[in-house]
Amino acid sequence: MTGPLELAALNAACAAAIDANRLEAWPDFFHDRCLYKVTTADNFEKGHQAGLIYADSRAMLHDRVAALRQANIYERQRYRHVLGLPLVTADTDGLVSAETSFVVVRTMRDGQMMVFAAGVYRDEVRRDETGAWRYAERIVVCDSQRIDTLLAIPL
Amino acid sequence: MDQPVRDLPVGAWPPGLTRVPYWVYRDPGIARAEQARLFEGPCWHFLCLEIDVPNPGDYRTTMMGAMPVVVARAEDGAVVAFENRCAHRGALICLDDGGSVKDFQCIYHAWRYDLHGNLKSVAFRHGVGGKGGMPDDFRPEAHGPRKLHVTVQSGLVFGTLVPDGPSFEDTIGSEILARLQRVLHKKLEIIGRFTQQLPCNWKLYMENVRDTYHASLLHTFFTTFRITRLSHGGGVMVSDNGVAHASTTLAPPQGPDTTYAGMRADNEGFRLQDPSFMRSVAEFNDDISLQILSIFPGFVLQQINNTLAVRQIVPRGIDSMDLHWTYLGFADDTPDLRAMRLKQANLAGPAGYVSMEDGAVGGFVQRGIAAAEAETSVVEMGGTSADTTDTRATEASVRGFWKAWRARMGL
Repeated sequence: MTGPLELAALNAACAAAIDANRLEAWPDFFHDRCLYKVTTADNFEKGHQAGLIYADSRAMLHDRVAALRQANIYERQRYRHVLGLPLVTADTDGLVSAETSFVVVRTMRDGQMMVFAAGVYRDEVRRDETGAWRYAERIVVCDSQRIDTLLAIPL
Repeated sequence: MDQPVRDLPVGAWPPGLTRVPYWVYRDPGIARAEQARLFEGPCWHFLCLEIDVPNPGDYRTTMMGAMPVVVARAEDGAVVAFENRCAHRGALICLDDGGSVKDFQCIYHAWRYDLHGNLKSVAFRHGVGGKGGMPDDFRPEAHGPRKLHVTVQSGLVFGTLVPDGPSFEDTIGSEILARLQRVLHKKLEIIGRFTQQLPCNWKLYMENVRDTYHASLLHTFFTTFRITRLSHGGGVMVSDNGVAHASTTLAPPQGPDTTYAGMRADNEGFRLQDPSFMRSVAEFNDDISLQILSIFPGFVLQQINNTLAVRQIVPRGIDSMDLHWTYLGFADDTPDLRAMRLKQANLAGPAGYVSMEDGAVGGFVQRGIAAAEAETSVVEMGGTSADTTDTRATEASVRGFWKAWRARMGL
């Protein structure tokens, strides 16, 4: 049985990279072949496959960050993730499934704050060759289908 | 002569289509008039997809501006629509996004409607124990929510409260209709729904959709990563009445690249590590790689390579709006084509590489014009007309929007 604290540590490190604007470090929490998708509870329950962000490789996550740094234009903003404890739902042959609640507060350049997103990470994690836990799959299931203005920084 | 842009009397409209006064985005009186003259007026409004209501008894709720609407499939298979408002006290008849019912019953006092929105029964109409109840002369058939005139075209359901105007097809014209049918040519499947709340007046978003000038300037993703848009051809088509537009980008003459579409083979500058999401196929048997089509006031159909979506604009007050995205595929998509749609979807939507800025830029205008009641914008790129042109360096289609708007608003 994988200790939930190990997964919590992985989640905390990943969220800290995003919140501290160390976005270049964010893809390293994923395996080379992976799935990262941002969707909503409605879409998830109905089996709709499309996501707001959909990446099936770590390289695509690097590209997402590069686009945010070099190409896309959005007002200065930052996130603050607040994470729940991971609920391990399966642990088979080294592949661990877990669900972790999150709340993301977004603070804009002018100080305006809002609850930008709340939901659950539906993760599948396994160790890499160095023994470090990484995400093989992270489905970000937002409770609300409503996105305020735009989704630039990943959740 | 260069037309002045400032010190206009508020409420006055400069001659021609090349100046748009900023009060149109800020005046609550305009918003009220738009609800009456556009959203409840002689316009065709996108309501939902036909596949949202596949079987008799299926319904979906939607909006026509501020007006809540129910779309239902009746027993005879017809798609019908009516105002989502009980004839009794005005409560919503349907509370959810959709579902399947035998009939509709208002939860407040259990007034019951058939699938067409006809009032069928009133609870305690004859009172209880001989006391109370409705007057004897109460006629249920004289009460009911307002009904819409509905048309279904290419799997899209459109409605209007004004039944005696031109048909949907005549309104958008045969050329734009062909562009619509080009994309929506077989059974659709919904692959995702998202709502984007934009901090701007709804017109600023629709102008952005019709603005073929801004694309490569605001959205720098393709140029930054040196994804050469080999496709040079294209243009913008505007219906004579300004109601509909379709802008197109043509693929290179040899046809779309089926491996890494448009990737330039050089090593300078930034490169994508995994450009596989640009892989696409020409699925419409033509050379149009990108087509954006709009129908006044609030409908957009998007084809960006294999990324298909409809977008519905719903105003929420003078300086806010909802943009409802429905991502689409076809029911007979091969797994490979579906996979391409899912990956290409990174281009569009609230997090899209070439669209996320559109979520914010309307808000930048809304904030920028906060004190510009007597000033106007300049919409003069490509001349003064709202005609079809074979270039995208034009604002002809934006002028077409204002042509349609002013004709209906009487301004």
